[in-house]
Amino acid sequence: MVTTQTTNNKNSKQSLPPWLLGISNTFFSILITMIGLLFITFLIGRVMPIDPVLSIVGESASQATYDAAYKELGLDKPILVQFFYFLRDVAHGDFGESLLTARPVFDDLLRVFPATLELATIGTIIGVVFGIPLGVIAAVKQGTWVDHLARFVALIGYSMPVFWIGLIGLLVFYGKLGWIGGPGRLDIYLVDLVPNVTGMILIDSLLAGDMDVFKNAISHIILPAGLLAYYSLAYISRMTRSFMLEQLDQEYITTARVKGLSESAVIWRHALGNVKVPLVTVIALSYAGLLEGSVLTETIFSWPGIGSYITTALLSADMNAVLGGTVVVGLVFVCLNIFSDLLYKYFDPRAK
Amino acid sequence: MSQIKQTQKSKTWREWLMTDSPSSRRQARLSSLYRSWLAFRANPMAMFGFSILVILLLIALFAPLISPHDPFAQNLAERLKPPSFDGYLLGSDSLGRDILSRLIYGSRITLYIVFLVALLAPIVGLFIGTAAGYLGGWVDSILMRITDIFLAFPRLVLALAFVSALGAGIENAVLAIVLTAWPPYARIARAETLSIRNADYIQAVKLQGASALRIITKHIWPLCISSLVIRVTLDMAGIIITAAGLGFLGLGAQPPSPEWGAMISSGRQFILDHWWVATMPGLAIFVVSLAFNLLGDGLRDVLDPKKGKQ
Repeated sequence: MVTTQTTNNKNSKQSLPPWLLGISNTFFSILITMIGLLFITFLIGRVMPIDPVLSIVGESASQATYDAAYKELGLDKPILVQFFYFLRDVAHGDFGESLLTARPVFDDLLRVFPATLELATIGTIIGVVFGIPLGVIAAVKQGTWVDHLARFVALIGYSMPVFWIGLIGLLVFYGKLGWIGGPGRLDIYLVDLVPNVTGMILIDSLLAGDMDVFKNAISHIILPAGLLAYYSLAYISRMTRSFMLEQLDQEYITTARVKGLSESAVIWRHALGNVKVPLVTVIALSYAGLLEGSVLTETIFSWPGIGSYITTALLSADMNAVLGGTVVVGLVFVCLNIFSDLLYKYFDPRAK
Repeated sequence: MSQIKQTQKSKTWREWLMTDSPSSRRQARLSSLYRSWLAFRANPMAMFGFSILVILLLIALFAPLISPHDPFAQNLAERLKPPSFDGYLLGSDSLGRDILSRLIYGSRITLYIVFLVALLAPIVGLFIGTAAGYLGGWVDSILMRITDIFLAFPRLVLALAFVSALGAGIENAVLAIVLTAWPPYARIARAETLSIRNADYIQAVKLQGASALRIITKHIWPLCISSLVIRVTLDMAGIIITAAGLGFLGLGAQPPSPEWGAMISSGRQFILDHWWVATMPGLAIFVVSLAFNLLGDGLRDVLDPKKGKQ
């Protein structure tokens, strides 16, 4: 440990510390990936069968008005120039106006994103809290009922369409048993009772000290978040198990046991300590997956997040909103990927 | 007498297949296939998945013969009938159509989508991956950069955007899923290519004057197939669920087509009072994806023992 520390210091005196160099490298690849992502989104917008000019000037416009609008939109320019304009607009946070809400798409996205974030964050937290121990125990007790249970849980998770099990959950827990709140984030009579600070109702109601709203919000979020948590649990426990099996085979584990360390110290401190690094990547990926998976979950639960924003926009051919939403989800996805890469480099002494 | 003869014959067949010293290439190949099959058969979960899929295939094949009703025949007097043994086995939907018959016909759509995607996506990936891996240099950099960009995109959202651009429908849904599903295959194919491109036998073929195209198609592709097949079987459940998700959102197969996802969507508004309308197609999706997952797990254990041990 001490030697790595000193060599690190030496390196950083000579030039940039290696992890910073890594960042500048990653920054470059982020840039390319993001431009590529925007280009694909842009192309999708281009092949759209909807004529953007007609939606502005209307069906009965004269040819001259049409041509003027056509020019104003820059559609007479080469496609790369158009793409450049698109990039410039996006860089300014300008995704155009939504046809549905008649507001700038950017403002809409800012409004709906916290709802999705709230859902995915709670889902990931539950998934991590239950998934990691399940994976560890499944690896340690390989072949026992715990292992089979973990495998079963994962298999069911991979095979069940989330929009279906969400409906069934609503039917059973809301319709039949009445244990939870129904679709939406709050009961209708509680909406807008607490001031909107973060856009996440659980936090906002706590900030306002309104426990009624908080409890109601919990009763609404528990099913959708629980479902997302199940999917993340399935994935995280599976990956934890295979990482742990890899570590438990290593010689240092035998050494630790020979030294007379307790079994729990060997497993939870030594083995899990080394699994931590790749697990960070897995958790970030599953978090990103939940943000994406929220598209269907939100539709089922009428959750006013980015997923249901995109689908509503899709069904009413509101292309600006669809593209804006796609870009934002894509960017978050890329950022999480990169973030997990950086964390990996930061935590793993070999990568430094 | 004839029975004894038969067992003897099958015994010799078995011996012929299990021999340690095959006398022809064909025997060696069949023998390894047979051993794989034996290993696969020993895995009860994989066999379970396999049998469900065989049954599904038969159901799809003989749909007109098995289905008790016409899947499209509406009968408003009989709408939203609960499942019962003497009327509709799985109940009827909001237009009085038999849900069981619709599920049976819907299996054709599901299989159609799955096989089309499972055929096209790995092929696209194979083309791109082997070209990048074998040619290397800037071709590799560009192709892999493109792959990374597609990989960075959230799949369902990209598929949604594609379908909305191309217009709703089964073929466009297939196309959208393929467009979002190929990158992992390209990565696998590239990794395989990199590991074999400097092998001695490739060098030997090269010295004989074979072109890059010939080397890739004749000598690299066949070796990439098995890892692609494993991956695609594991992905099939995901393909079914994505396709059903598109159908559910109204972007896949269009009504009155009995696509399972669209059926869930149409049962959604009746879920609280008429649970069976949305539940039955969901169960069908679940069973079929589970079968594909079990089959994929089993195939991985058999074809790729190194990873299966984990």
